[in-house]
Amino acid sequence: MTDPIKTDVFDRLETAATARILIMDGAMGTMIQREGLTEADFRGSQYADWPSDLKGNNEILCVTQPDIIEKIHEEFLAAGADIIETNTFNCTRISLADYDMQALARELNIAAATRARVAADNWTTKTPERPRFVAGAIGPMNKTLSISPDVNNPGYRAVTFDEVVEAYKEQVAALIEGGVDILLIETIFDSLNAKAAIFAAEDVFEEMGVRLPLMISFTVTDMSGRNLSGQTVEAFWYSVKHAKPFTIGLNCAFGAEHLRPHAVALSAIAETRVCVYPNAGLPNELGEYDELPEDTAAQLGAWAEEGLLNITGGCCGTTPDHIRAIAEAVDGVSPRKPVALDPVMRLSGIDPVTLVNMVAE
Amino acid sequence: MARPTAQFINVGERTNVAGSAKFKKLIFEDNYEEAVSVARHQVEGGAQIIDINMDDAMLDAEDAMVKFLNRIAAEPDIARVPVMIDSSKWSVIEAGLKCVQGKAVVNSISMKEGKEPFVWQAKRIMRYGAAVVVMAFDTDGQADSIDRKFDICKRSYDILVNEVGFPPEDIIFDPNIFAVATGIEEHNNYGVDFIEATRLIKSNLPYAKVSGGVSNVSFSFRGNNPVREAMHSVFLYHAIRAGMDMGIVNAGQLTVYSDIPPKLKERVEDVVLNRRDDATERLLDVADEYRGQGGVKRVEDLSWREKPVKKRMEHALVKGIADYIEEDAEEARQQFDRPIQVIEGPLMDGMNVVGDLFGSGEMFLPQVVKSARVMKQAVNYLQPFIEAEKEEGARAKGKIIMATVKGDVHDIGKNIVGVVLQCNNYEVIDMGVMVPWADILKEANDQNADMIGLSGLITPSLDEMVTVGAEMERSGFTMPLLIGGATTSKVHTAVKIAPGYSGPIVHVLDASRAVGVASTLMSDELRDDFVAKTRADYDEVVRKRLAKPKVDRLVSLMAARDNAASVPFDSYTPVKPQFTGTKVFDEYPLTELIDRIDWTPFFRTWELAGTYPAILEDDVVGESARSLFEDAKAMLKQIVNEKWLTAKAVVGFWPAARDGDDVTLYADESRDVELSKVHFLRQQVQKRAGRSNDCLADFIAPAGGPVDWIGGFVVTAGHGIEPHVERFKAAHDDYNEILLKALADRLAEAFAERMHERVRTEFWGFVPDETLSNNDMIKERYQGIRPAPGYPACPDHSEKVELFRLLDATEQMGVTLTNSYAMLPTAAVSGYYFAHPGAHYFGIGKINRDQLEDYAARRGVSVDTAERWLRPNLGY
Repeated sequence: MTDPIKTDVFDRLETAATARILIMDGAMGTMIQREGLTEADFRGSQYADWPSDLKGNNEILCVTQPDIIEKIHEEFLAAGADIIETNTFNCTRISLADYDMQALARELNIAAATRARVAADNWTTKTPERPRFVAGAIGPMNKTLSISPDVNNPGYRAVTFDEVVEAYKEQVAALIEGGVDILLIETIFDSLNAKAAIFAAEDVFEEMGVRLPLMISFTVTDMSGRNLSGQTVEAFWYSVKHAKPFTIGLNCAFGAEHLRPHAVALSAIAETRVCVYPNAGLPNELGEYDELPEDTAAQLGAWAEEGLLNITGGCCGTTPDHIRAIAEAVDGVSPRKPVALDPVMRLSGIDPVTLVNMVAE
Repeated sequence: MARPTAQFINVGERTNVAGSAKFKKLIFEDNYEEAVSVARHQVEGGAQIIDINMDDAMLDAEDAMVKFLNRIAAEPDIARVPVMIDSSKWSVIEAGLKCVQGKAVVNSISMKEGKEPFVWQAKRIMRYGAAVVVMAFDTDGQADSIDRKFDICKRSYDILVNEVGFPPEDIIFDPNIFAVATGIEEHNNYGVDFIEATRLIKSNLPYAKVSGGVSNVSFSFRGNNPVREAMHSVFLYHAIRAGMDMGIVNAGQLTVYSDIPPKLKERVEDVVLNRRDDATERLLDVADEYRGQGGVKRVEDLSWREKPVKKRMEHALVKGIADYIEEDAEEARQQFDRPIQVIEGPLMDGMNVVGDLFGSGEMFLPQVVKSARVMKQAVNYLQPFIEAEKEEGARAKGKIIMATVKGDVHDIGKNIVGVVLQCNNYEVIDMGVMVPWADILKEANDQNADMIGLSGLITPSLDEMVTVGAEMERSGFTMPLLIGGATTSKVHTAVKIAPGYSGPIVHVLDASRAVGVASTLMSDELRDDFVAKTRADYDEVVRKRLAKPKVDRLVSLMAARDNAASVPFDSYTPVKPQFTGTKVFDEYPLTELIDRIDWTPFFRTWELAGTYPAILEDDVVGESARSLFEDAKAMLKQIVNEKWLTAKAVVGFWPAARDGDDVTLYADESRDVELSKVHFLRQQVQKRAGRSNDCLADFIAPAGGPVDWIGGFVVTAGHGIEPHVERFKAAHDDYNEILLKALADRLAEAFAERMHERVRTEFWGFVPDETLSNNDMIKERYQGIRPAPGYPACPDHSEKVELFRLLDATEQMGVTLTNSYAMLPTAAVSGYYFAHPGAHYFGIGKINRDQLEDYAARRGVSVDTAERWLRPNLGY
């Protein structure tokens, strides 16, 4: 069997990311919320008779309200985003089962990829010196492989590795079919789900004979810097390094302020590019993010100056104004240089271990 | 980030069913809660990686691997370290890789089956994101010389790095450590071969690591711990300098290199580094000098004889030294006013020390039984003086009736419990074996006993215990009932026995728990609370049991049969045995059996956990195990030289054909006359896709297919044991009595193993040129199986009747069956022979009513009868 062929995106991304710090878009969810859509809006004409409630099922909007999704992409591109994410965070058959929409997984991923593709290509045509990229967003799923949902039975799992791989394969294949440039495995709170997503991507690459760049983004769930399945940022990097991702990074969690120590730790060991896109601060009592664009941008601008960033942008609560401010703050700052570490065995449990070789005398 | 420095990595192997008897037992009992604590201890002890291995013929290794990994994932103090997923089966490795979020190590892959599967597996491992151990193994076998070791590793490295794209820093080579000083000249350079191959690998294959199992190198010095320790230290000293990175080393099996006495070090280095032709002889010459602790010559220390008599008696009891006890008892008798005061004073004080040490885990069962022997000899010496004064005996803490129930003849465990209780000043009335319930109840009444202890080993004894409990209830008993023995369990006691008896009832897990349970039951303050708690605990077990869906995991008999394994008879032609009918062996040479003894279960009998030979050097029980092993070897010598035991066997082969789940046996090769039918059961548990519902009959070709055969056997090593048992009893020597029975059991097992080997290579001859080491045999790495009626693959003990009839075993070799189908003499093994290469051991597990009814009809017995003998397997 021959190895899958790398798409030309690798070269174009490489060129762009070597020249400058690239900008991701902001929060799709926040922007959808701002539209104030009703149950009827979510259903559209296509799913008017669907038996279960659909409000909150953002993925369905790529079919029922494509104009709104395209408008949101458009706003982020106009604000200066180099990379936009498809509206597919929960778009696997396992997560869609919440709405009995398992069977629609493929269709919705293709629809979302198409919307983003159209929007990005418009802007590439407008500003050919600044090509825009589409990243297929692959979320963490609503079922976890490392954690038992039953506190009395810690060995129990609600889902198997094979089932997760199958669901991710369907999503990955549909995203590629819909024309995405990059696969973005993000908001990883269970590292084993992420490993299954990587496994699925490799399977699809092999089956389709084509390879796309991967971006992998971890999230921490407490101030100590571990994700929900318990890994530290460093342990996680060793768990997923085999994917040879285009970027490794952090997203969501807290605002830039609290994410900083973990970004520093990752930046020191990542032998690839680093991408961090935090929330707009911590949510207030009403669950709203109210960090101002200039505040988010000031912090990320300082990180860039420190040499921590290759790609940045925003997660929950970040609007086109935030993205515009961030893009301005990092404009002209040199991107981080990936570190080169000696090839040494690095393993991990939830903590990292480095095993240095004995030397023959 | 701190920069780690190079450090030799010791891979823990306690979570390995082949490396730890304790872990294996826990996994087999489905006790994952406790099994997890084994992993925790290892991590707390500083293990940087934990090796997890579930490879065992009787275990669904995939299932066990998944369960264990998922379970430890929930324990942050364990999950912090990476795991090594260790299996010889790819399917188990892959199942394990699907459970770990961290970056793990796969142990192992190799080019054993050629390049293609090796490359495929390496690619999969990369996709799962793991490092890998690669064995120096190719299609020509395991590499032994420097050149072969390096050559295979280099080829593997080039393929992995250049063709597969495997990161070189994620490769660990295991270039095979083999035993040196075996007496075979070709083995002399094995130490050097490994060390030099390591140097070549580390100098020429950048970033790769080298690992190995270190204890192999000293295998020929089993039993001599100081020499082995010295060999390990010397080997590691040189191998680490050659670049060895990691290995499996029992930390308790290492001395500091610079602490090895110079003479020993020189001779060990001569052997390990193969520096002179007579190195092995020269090490053997001095080896015995270091047999004691810490490489120091052992001199018997008699300084304790200088102490006052009370202290001397305590020392004799704790150390189990009987040589001076009568002399000391006499001296003490003269110091006290009355002889009984010697028992009540120094002897009981000494036994209390023994009891405390046993309770705190500082003494082990063999030592306690030896202490009891000393105690009994002292009491025996004092008895005539006490009787002369017409004194009352010392008041015991309590009186316990003990019996092995009707139909069962096994009493090693019961005797051990009896001894332990006696050591703790309980009066034990041992009623022996095969005791009917009526006798037990009568004796308990007559003796005004405080409690009854029941024991049994075979599964039908479980039912008999239910009967004893029910009869106690009917007769208005209120005294505590204690349940123990190999097949008993808390669940069985709670679910089957406890509901039938309203008095206190306790399942006693092993001898070490017996004293605690007995003294709690005798204590006015503690009893009521304990009894109530135990009852509540058992009620909870019953409740959980009822809450658990049972039948829904079983498929119908028809579905189970549809999912039978397709055992191929097109690629395999059954071999015709050298004879059909039976062949009797009257007086089989015991010397042939000794080398084939599997010692691990022997140590388990004495509640010493660990695998032989590693157990001899175990940190905790090693000293106790060594001493027991020395005694066992000495007694074996006597058994052989003085012909204490006679080994007899009968084996038979018959033309046979599968008939559904039965096997039809024919009188001769014309296959016209049906001689008998053997009835088997089929697994009925819902299987995962790709797993079959097995039945032993599947391994025999069906009628109309190729001609096939089945075999059967009974062996015993128990004839002649009685006079010696009596002799030891008369001498109050429980230790030697138990030792002899345990050895007879081991010899019978070894005999079964030896006979199976001869069946494979000679009598049936389906593998005429088999070459396996003893270790391979213990691990059952051979073609064909010998399942025994009453055990997991064919759990009905009553099928022994027909087997015995076919073999004429009672007439030919004097082995009889009790009414529960236990064999007499006890040291006996029986079973069937299957030759098909696909034949394997498995457990029937639970069956449903449809199969039970079908089976009863096939056997021509009532449903009640069939249910009685298969009770533990009933899933409804």
